[in-house]
Amino acid sequence: MNAPAYNFAYLDEQTKRMIRRAILKAIAIPGYQVPFASREMPMPYGWGTGGVQVTAAILGPDDVLKVIDQGSDDTTNAISIRKFFGKTAGVATTTATADATVIQTRHRIPEAPLHAGQVLVYQVPIPEPLRFLEPRETETRRMHALGEYGLMHVKLYEDIARFGHIATSYAYPVKVNARYVMDPSPTPKFDNPKMDDCPALQLFGAGREKRIYAIPPHTDVVSLDFEDHPFTRYRFDAPCALCGAGDSYLDEIVTDDKGGRMFVCSDTDYCESRQSAGHRGSESAAPHKERAHG
Amino acid sequence: MTSVAELPAGFADKVLSAQSTFRSVMDAMARPGSIQRIGSVAGTPDTMMRGTAAIALTLFDHDTPVWLDTRMSAKTDVARWLKFHTSAPIVADSSIAGFALVADPQNLPPLDRFAFGSNEYPDRSTTLILQVESLANGPTIELRGPGIDGSVTLRASIRPQDLFERLAVNAGLFPRGIDVVLVDDDAIVAIPRTTRLVRGG
Repeated sequence: MNAPAYNFAYLDEQTKRMIRRAILKAIAIPGYQVPFASREMPMPYGWGTGGVQVTAAILGPDDVLKVIDQGSDDTTNAISIRKFFGKTAGVATTTATADATVIQTRHRIPEAPLHAGQVLVYQVPIPEPLRFLEPRETETRRMHALGEYGLMHVKLYEDIARFGHIATSYAYPVKVNARYVMDPSPTPKFDNPKMDDCPALQLFGAGREKRIYAIPPHTDVVSLDFEDHPFTRYRFDAPCALCGAGDSYLDEIVTDDKGGRMFVCSDTDYCESRQSAGHRGSESAAPHKERAHG
Repeated sequence: MTSVAELPAGFADKVLSAQSTFRSVMDAMARPGSIQRIGSVAGTPDTMMRGTAAIALTLFDHDTPVWLDTRMSAKTDVARWLKFHTSAPIVADSSIAGFALVADPQNLPPLDRFAFGSNEYPDRSTTLILQVESLANGPTIELRGPGIDGSVTLRASIRPQDLFERLAVNAGLFPRGIDVVLVDDDAIVAIPRTTRLVRGG
């Protein structure tokens, strides 16, 4: 720790106590958004201030932290948050999903299965799944109190009426423990099934909107759907161009201005560990080319 | 009358002790029925167990009204210790308490004396911290609910013996309800409002 001017993990102790109490309530009431007194953080709203506050409140010196942004360990947001906690808490950091005890994520759930003892912290922009259907907080709060979620089903139905299928592809609403409808943050709906019966604890922090919510381990998480239009995952129909994976969520990368494109795993750790295990895709560098650069 | 200097100490390392205690409580709440240990050391006034004292130092402050049962408030030690170390207001009205400390669970008041929260704000409820006889020996209690893979069994001697029958109100009240943390020395078990008794208790 080389910044003695800060408290451990940046936040002051009173703030941590307040956030910790909110986290305990959130775990006790799965899917319910607990209001909390979100602080200003040394980064702008939209960069994960909610996730950072949750991480700061739970992090201890023995934790190993991983931070991903859209599945990637090496984007600006992921690197700066990892460095932030490296500096203010002196914790070890990693990019390997299996080695991490706390994983802060923006908009993805890692491909590698999570295990008990891990905590997944989501950065959430808009925690209220009903917000775009009903702008008034007083009304959405009452709808949650009454378990009145017809409006959300109407929204999904309108998708079907307009497009012939449920066109919602990210932030796909889920029902937690058969009670609260919850926004899983803007993760692709490909990731929704991973939230169900997950052995790890999942915590969600929304800094600007001042809400914390949670899914305890081994909790039922069901994506909303209809009998005749069941929930489906979506994935580009291609293998990863770098590691050949046929089961991972893919990013589309435009490679030229003539319509050329390639698909690669969005989870960089998953892709890299597959490549180091010898898996190759159509765009992998040939061994002799790598030597020529060496 | 003890002076402030004679009060039992708080955490030696406020920051890291509070963090490790919180993680134990968080793990307990996330995995109901599992026994978690509290490693941090703090002085304990009179009727307070180690676990209770650590939880108080970790979670209580001026924002959390605390209610003490008759045994906890029999002498002024506990209230004075809490006030000095946490600044938490001690309240006589249990229905506005954020936390309730119970050293004599045999005489636990009816649960509806505590706050269940409202349907709009179910988080505005009382968390009961109950000091029990044993979390290692006693009748077998089988629990299920979120946080539990299938079901979990706990061997514990808990008073009041009908605690889980009383907590059954949580099923009908949800999302309102009462969360409970059972404490036996440095061992804790959490029973959040979503946990249901399968058998035993």
